[in-house]
Amino acid sequence: MVRDLTQYYATDTIFTNETMKFIKSHFTLFSLIVLSLAAGWIAFTAFQFPNSTQGRIPAPREGFFAPKIELTSLDNISYNLSDLNGQVVIVNFWASWCPPCKAEMPAIEETYQKYKDQGLVILGINLTSSDDVTKVDQFVHEYALTFPILLDEKGETANRYQVSSLPTTFFINKDGVIEKVIIGGPMSEAALQSQVLQMLEEKP
Amino acid sequence: MLPVLNLGPLALQVPGLLILIGIWVGLTQSEKHARRLGIDPRKIDNLLLISLIAGVLGARLAFIAQFPTAFSGSVLDILAITPEMLDLPAGFFIGLIAGFIYGQRQKLPLWNTLDSFVPGLAVFMIALGLSHLASGSHFGSPTDLPWAITLWDENRHPTQVYEILIATITAFLVWPRANRSLLPSGSQFLIFSAITSFGMIFIETYRGDSVFLFGSVRQAQIISWGVLAASLFFLHQRLKAEKIAPAESIQNLQEDHETSN
Repeated sequence: MVRDLTQYYATDTIFTNETMKFIKSHFTLFSLIVLSLAAGWIAFTAFQFPNSTQGRIPAPREGFFAPKIELTSLDNISYNLSDLNGQVVIVNFWASWCPPCKAEMPAIEETYQKYKDQGLVILGINLTSSDDVTKVDQFVHEYALTFPILLDEKGETANRYQVSSLPTTFFINKDGVIEKVIIGGPMSEAALQSQVLQMLEEKP
Repeated sequence: MLPVLNLGPLALQVPGLLILIGIWVGLTQSEKHARRLGIDPRKIDNLLLISLIAGVLGARLAFIAQFPTAFSGSVLDILAITPEMLDLPAGFFIGLIAGFIYGQRQKLPLWNTLDSFVPGLAVFMIALGLSHLASGSHFGSPTDLPWAITLWDENRHPTQVYEILIATITAFLVWPRANRSLLPSGSQFLIFSAITSFGMIFIETYRGDSVFLFGSVRQAQIISWGVLAASLFFLHQRLKAEKIAPAESIQNLQEDHETSN
């Protein structure tokens, strides 16, 4: 059975023909009111809510200051992240038993060799709380790693950076702000180097 | 917040998973709506697929053009499956052009086609809010309000929840109903676009990671205002056209309604 279309829709709708006529005849006024309200809100909020916490407090997130790192390396040298301000820093959390960590290490070493003279620092933080120092040492020799390998023996730094998956990599700019977080891997050499190039070009 | 779900050796990226679910459910809904509007749903599938492929390829090529030296020692990395090496604005623009060209060649009616996207976009926006909630991105500014959530050592506006709420209300308002055929084609898409941009102007106020222009004006609010103005302008143009949907579409709508009864 085919019903009368007008009646059919008129019983079911908020947009009746009368409503449509009303909307159409007042649409310009309606638009102007909406746009003015929106513009007024933008102006009001620019003065009332100008604060943003991005880049003002430490948190393991893009746009925030990198949380502190104070650890000792495999060759017993103390490192403090705050001493590296003004330099581009890559912090890579890894473990010797993690396959994607192994897969991306050559690319990380290659990137370090290529850009260390331009101010790139790489800190490889081993999750020693769930690893073995002897295996870490073997791993470093096997992959001929030359950047500092820090030992997170209590897992405190990994907790502070909320590392939930390995590998996890933080790219920290010259102001000490995290620009990029990559969870998982392996990262390709080009992905690493393009990010480094971008950050090296930035002025602090 | 649940950025990663560890299932044995598998580390599932929950935000990405939510986005994929959103795309899948959204696409299914858009296909249904396209059929009701008298558009071949396979053409909608093809249009989105072509836009996606062109967008991804364009985004990767634009990225390579920006950092050619990063690829000089590792040419095969051009093919690496990693979302970090994409220039998203360039990809979006190229995808849009590719979709437009395909639509023209297939003689897809522009406004009806845009209308057919609405259910999909509405579902996707909800999924996007859920994804932000899972990853903790698009976080709010500090507040003492009782509904604040604790994130990054602060009590913050739950802006991700605001996003989900506004997207859900928008979906309810624009979801295809029989009565929409009284509006000219394209109106559904333009209403969706206007409500979404208006909502974004509101949500952006409470974000804690806004990008500012001229010191204190939020860039996203300015862009949203522009989209709102464009949506209202085109909606006005469409309303002036005063065209009821094509006869076959109305017939389809009527058949749908009678079948569902």
